[in-house]
Amino acid sequence: MGEPVATARGVVKRFGGKHARPALDHVDMTVTAGRITGLVGPDGAGKTTMIRLLAGLMRPDAGEIAILGRQPAQALDDLGYMPQRFGLYEDLTVRQNLDLYAEVRALPPEEREATYKRLLEFTDLARFQERLAGKLSGGMKQKLGLACALVKTPRLLLLDEPGVGVDPISRRELWAMVGELVSEGIGVLWSTAYLDEAEKCDSVVLLNEGRLLFNGPPHELTDTIAERVIRVTGFQSRRRRFLIRALDRADVIDGTIQGRSVRLLLQGGAPAPAPADFADGDALAIEPAPPRFEDGFIEILGGGPKGTSALAERYRTIPESDALAIEAKGLTKRFGDFVAARDMNFAIPRGQIFGLLGPNGAGKSTTFKMLCGLLTPSEGTGSVAGNDLRRSAADARAALGYMAQKFSLYGDLSVRQNLDFFAGAYGLGRHAARDAIAAMIEIFELGDTLDMNAGTLPLGFKQRLALACAVMHEPPVLFLDEPTSGVDPVARREFWTHINGLVEKGVTVLVTTHFMDEAEYCDRVTLIYHAEQIATGAPDDLKARAARASGAADPTMEDAFIALIEESNHQARAAA
Amino acid sequence: MNLPDFRFDRRRLRALMTKEFAQIARDPSTFLIALAMPLLLLFLFGYAVSLDTNHTRIGLVVEDSSAPALRLAQSYAVSTYFDVTPGRNLAELRGGMAAGKLRAIIVIPQDFGARVHRGKVPRIQVITDGSLPNTAGFVAGHAQGVFQNWAASEGIGQAPAAAHVPRIELSARYWYNPGLRSRYFLVPGSIAVVMTMIGTLLTALVIAREWERGTMEAMMATPISMAEFIASKVLPYFVLALASMALCTVIAELAFGVPFRGSILALLAIASAFLLPSLGLGLFISSATKNQFVASQIALLAGFMPAMLLSGFIFEISSMPWPIQALTYIVPSRYLIPALQTVFLAGDLWNLILPDIAIMIVFGFAFFAMSFFVTRRSLD
Repeated sequence: MGEPVATARGVVKRFGGKHARPALDHVDMTVTAGRITGLVGPDGAGKTTMIRLLAGLMRPDAGEIAILGRQPAQALDDLGYMPQRFGLYEDLTVRQNLDLYAEVRALPPEEREATYKRLLEFTDLARFQERLAGKLSGGMKQKLGLACALVKTPRLLLLDEPGVGVDPISRRELWAMVGELVSEGIGVLWSTAYLDEAEKCDSVVLLNEGRLLFNGPPHELTDTIAERVIRVTGFQSRRRRFLIRALDRADVIDGTIQGRSVRLLLQGGAPAPAPADFADGDALAIEPAPPRFEDGFIEILGGGPKGTSALAERYRTIPESDALAIEAKGLTKRFGDFVAARDMNFAIPRGQIFGLLGPNGAGKSTTFKMLCGLLTPSEGTGSVAGNDLRRSAADARAALGYMAQKFSLYGDLSVRQNLDFFAGAYGLGRHAARDAIAAMIEIFELGDTLDMNAGTLPLGFKQRLALACAVMHEPPVLFLDEPTSGVDPVARREFWTHINGLVEKGVTVLVTTHFMDEAEYCDRVTLIYHAEQIATGAPDDLKARAARASGAADPTMEDAFIALIEESNHQARAAA
Repeated sequence: MNLPDFRFDRRRLRALMTKEFAQIARDPSTFLIALAMPLLLLFLFGYAVSLDTNHTRIGLVVEDSSAPALRLAQSYAVSTYFDVTPGRNLAELRGGMAAGKLRAIIVIPQDFGARVHRGKVPRIQVITDGSLPNTAGFVAGHAQGVFQNWAASEGIGQAPAAAHVPRIELSARYWYNPGLRSRYFLVPGSIAVVMTMIGTLLTALVIAREWERGTMEAMMATPISMAEFIASKVLPYFVLALASMALCTVIAELAFGVPFRGSILALLAIASAFLLPSLGLGLFISSATKNQFVASQIALLAGFMPAMLLSGFIFEISSMPWPIQALTYIVPSRYLIPALQTVFLAGDLWNLILPDIAIMIVFGFAFFAMSFFVTRRSLD
């Protein structure tokens, strides 16, 4: 134990010409036998490139890579690799996939039965051997991908974002499985964009934009900010307003909403504020909170944005109204026999954030698309800003701003052309369009990128541009589909600062996310699992419910989700 | 980095091929291209598309009512080459010609009978539709043929003065395809198209699909060599293409009565030689594009279209302008089609077939070398 199975020294990798920003810029790292090394960072950090270099699929432009003392391409016999899409043949059965990998990896035939038995038990796929891989759920595909990578026990296991988009239960199971492998002495490299996963790794390699920011056990990073994280409760003003004011203080470098409390990261060296400093009622209480890996990341990046959103300052105030901003009544969508979303019910008043939470394929996007008129519901109805979906879908669409998954902009148009196009598409007059575009350019600091093609922008800028395009016409309702997927935590903070500001102006927001911690920004969330709503309520209430159900104290949103899924499975079994 | 690596392991190759066959068996589109499309093409070229000139619709204007003129008109009417629409004058039929309902108008002029009577060679006028030059040529030829038959039966041209001169009579016989049935050479030609579809299009699609779905990446991280991977793609489609060709041949013989005068060995040799460039091109396209949509577009453009247009399948190469003729020399199916036609219609004329086979093999090696060059075991 403890010997290095993979090492990289001074690795540089460039794509597209000498002047392009390197995808990896002098990165050193080590994967040790018997430990989980986390390769952590937002999209575009260089995680996949690093893994492909280690797997011998590419060659570095500079630097040395050794796998067990050999060149990567010479060490393929000792390598298990699960690429992002699991590398499965979806038109083959589970068994055929295993057979293929067993044969190409030259598993001795006499070991085959025992190995299959062990792997199928381990992954709980024994019942599905004859099922086509393409018909498995996301979590099951992930397990099969892992089984294929393990068919001949490797000494180095590379997992490229195995946790993305699969449901939290599968993620937790996978983590437990990998833990078992590590105890057998395999060195595991686990790449992830989820910073909460980083905390569970034995050692972490933190990358951002190709540069190594941190390398070591995660507590070494969080230790640097211990004592500087506080939780504030009991304030009188609205929590979003409180966060905005707190962030505008000079001694606060980052802050997030956690249900009914607010979590703040303080400037190093500054004295901790006293409750009276916030001047927000007598009940205000401050207590220290455990630091998280994400806090450390933000500290390295130089802190998050301040609290006031220039976008919100400029935005019109949406008139007060008792009418519901968004309503879903029994929305159901079927594709043939397949039910993508069943009986969705919720009502969102003006000026709230409502979250649809769930793994990929659970039915979030389907529900979402029905509400913005992109899919016709099979049953049920709904309304957006007072416009009935069935009768006046076009009016409903005009009343909302839509930010699609992956920031669907026109990649081959320039930033300015995108802004022009969306201003026109939302029907802004010439003067209004000119003013709005000028304002967006200033607020989102797009001035230097105006002539660049939107497709070539860094992800953080794409996200800004997508938000700019969605809010130019100042809609009363915003639909955000996975709005922060893959961006770094500072960009995520900026985004939520704008959204919080807009909500304070009366905008209503419907957001989907598979980042469980982002649910904390929502006033209410609904958990969607297997096309059904399994629980709806304020994040704190759901966590409290989960704590009662599972007995765990202070659960995270992810713990709550898992507990509630188990509860719903339990009920389903009891009913059957 | 890893330049072409030729490690070969029977076990790995067998595993990869098993996988490939399992995928073929489960993919309906493969069957569609390998079985349904050949049938469709065969029936299309066997029945619907015909380059034969039987029953061409023509107009016939008889301005003379003498007995020889009527007998000539009768000859046209009974000819199987023509469907005759009679008319009293040219103006009456001109509209039909303009509308494309008539391909030609034959005029038997007023002085026809008088000229016969005076012992002169009578004249007729044949007006053809120049917008369809092929048909126009056929019609003019056949019209003249009918006229000459008539003249012979009337004894015209056998003037007493010429009686001593030995008459030269041309009598054309078409060997190998006596009835000049276009089906006989279109059906072997469509076998070429079918094999191009399987060899080039299907192969291009399946490798591009591995890139798109990310399975290529997973495979490259295992100990397989590129040679094994490529062989595992080529061999199944080779077998599939041969099976499809066998199906076409059987149908050509049984359903269309196309003669098969050569041997199965020769047919197999020709088809195998052709599949080398065909599969090689498919491999090259998919490795260079790594994208199913682009690969299919290029495969249609670089494989299917030349096989249809530049191979001599439908359009005769010798009647193309010279730059296009020059271009046909780099189209592998140009060598396949004459070889196939030889085997079907003439027999095993190895001295004709072998050069074609040799050239196709050379093309095959060239394409395979190109694909090895672009298929690096690398994502760079």
